[in-house]
Amino acid sequence: MNIFVCVKQVPDTETKVTPNGDGTYIETSSIKWIMNPYDEFAVEQALLLKAANAGSTVTVVRVGGVKDTEALRTAMAMGADESFLVESDDNLDSYMTAKALKGAIEKSGKTPDIIFTGKQAIDDDCLQVPQLLATMMELPSVSVIVGFEAAGDKLTLKREVEGGAIEVYEASTPCLVACNKGLNTPRYASLPGIMKAKRKPLTQLSLADVGVSDADRRVVYSDFSLPPEKPPGKKFDAMDEGAQAGVVKEVVGLLRNEAKVI
Amino acid sequence: MAKVLVFTETAGDNVKGVSLEILGKLSGQTIDVAVIGDLGDAGKTALASHGAENIHVIKGDNLDQYSPEGYSRALKDVISAGSYDYVIGGSTSIGKDLFPRLSGMFDAGMASEVTNFLFEGDEFHGTRPLFAGKCYAKVKITGPKPHFVTVRPNALGMPESPSAGAGNVADASASVGDLKAVIKEVIKGASEKVDLTEANVIVSGGRAMKNAENFAILDELAEVIGATVGASRAAVDSGYAPHSMQVGQTGKTVSPSLYIACGISGAIQHLAGMRTSKVIVAINTDPDAPIFTKADYGIVGDLFQIVPLLKEEFKALLG
Repeated sequence: MNIFVCVKQVPDTETKVTPNGDGTYIETSSIKWIMNPYDEFAVEQALLLKAANAGSTVTVVRVGGVKDTEALRTAMAMGADESFLVESDDNLDSYMTAKALKGAIEKSGKTPDIIFTGKQAIDDDCLQVPQLLATMMELPSVSVIVGFEAAGDKLTLKREVEGGAIEVYEASTPCLVACNKGLNTPRYASLPGIMKAKRKPLTQLSLADVGVSDADRRVVYSDFSLPPEKPPGKKFDAMDEGAQAGVVKEVVGLLRNEAKVI
Repeated sequence: MAKVLVFTETAGDNVKGVSLEILGKLSGQTIDVAVIGDLGDAGKTALASHGAENIHVIKGDNLDQYSPEGYSRALKDVISAGSYDYVIGGSTSIGKDLFPRLSGMFDAGMASEVTNFLFEGDEFHGTRPLFAGKCYAKVKITGPKPHFVTVRPNALGMPESPSAGAGNVADASASVGDLKAVIKEVIKGASEKVDLTEANVIVSGGRAMKNAENFAILDELAEVIGATVGASRAAVDSGYAPHSMQVGQTGKTVSPSLYIACGISGAIQHLAGMRTSKVIVAINTDPDAPIFTKADYGIVGDLFQIVPLLKEEFKALLG
């Protein structure tokens, strides 16, 4: 099987975000980059599928800046076989990203049997690329997957929707599967895995190589800003058991009469 | 004036609230609505009173439940036939999945999950959170039309005095063909309550809940005030609650009227996911917990003592 995984590199979840000078994006100079957390589930599922299908390969594709190739190195250290990196700014829009991923997959010379992605990237939170890529590649796809079973080319996919309900889909390969937390437990890269990853092929491509230009931009951002700080609230000490009933009564009263939310 | 199609999901006999929020904000534009499946009378009345001119009720084989291919193909025909400038819908489970597919079909741009927008002439100007709400940016869409937009539920608010539209209902038949990915079964979630992303009141528990069983005290409080129960990443990672309940950067971003954080310290990725809540109550034994910097009302105390007292106090007030 030709198994593909699309990964994104994003600022660590503990990052304190600051808008850049002209407000067109955030300040990225001192950011710690990690593999998008949802993509870890995609890599793990790809590796599990490879282990169950002898002769399969896992190819990882990423679009983004080259300063740090953390995401691809991590994926290959976990066990992926090779990777493709399309060099670009870190703030391409979803349409350009999906088109670049499609171009890179085609450049690999392999026809995908299955493509895994995370359900969303936690930087721009757009949730567009998996569905866009599937539409561009004319593949069926199911998103927000928390359960995956494969029997030959038949797939049973569990999609999580509102209220924690699960829609059970039947599909067959070729297919794109966008993964959610809860699907599996991603493995840690072992030390031998990390050493081995250094010798695995990483092909670098430009946006032009994959047929993407500025004319493909569909979304323009401006005026990045921090949300307004809330004025400090009221704080009540209720560590002492004797004070508790009074504090609770007061807070409930404030919720009704001051905040008017109850 | 822009020509806008609003995709609307139904909720029983009515339509989802986010559709009416969107319609209210579109006052002054030409607004049509598309619904897939049956639309009840309450829904028709609500859509008309909020400004809908034409309501397309789309029916056909393979449309009795959501499927990515079925819904996107059915809407594609209506969008093409109506030459719309914009297609807007709620950022719900269906909206999030459907809209990028539609935008891909039209090679068009899409702004995801905006929390506010306005039109200057017929140009859309949106605002949306990024990094789970750690920052905001203005967003514009360029390139071929129609342009696609999803709107976060509860962000715009209901219009106070919406202007009515004609509300002409017309059935449209769709032939979506065979589907490659189909739903065989739906397994209901643990909770029958409204989803976190649409909830008006949320009670959330953190690592200090200590175990899954203790979430029962949050359930009891939630029952009294009609809340949905959420959890922090620490609680989810410790196995106290499923990921579907997680609030924060790798969970759900929520904006209820009232958010009650119980035993949540307030890691930056959690604050990002709930900071737009209108009113925040925090209960924590650590007076220096970061959650208190975002709380309108902070109670420094033990949640196991405070939460039952809150429940009784709310019960007395509301009962």
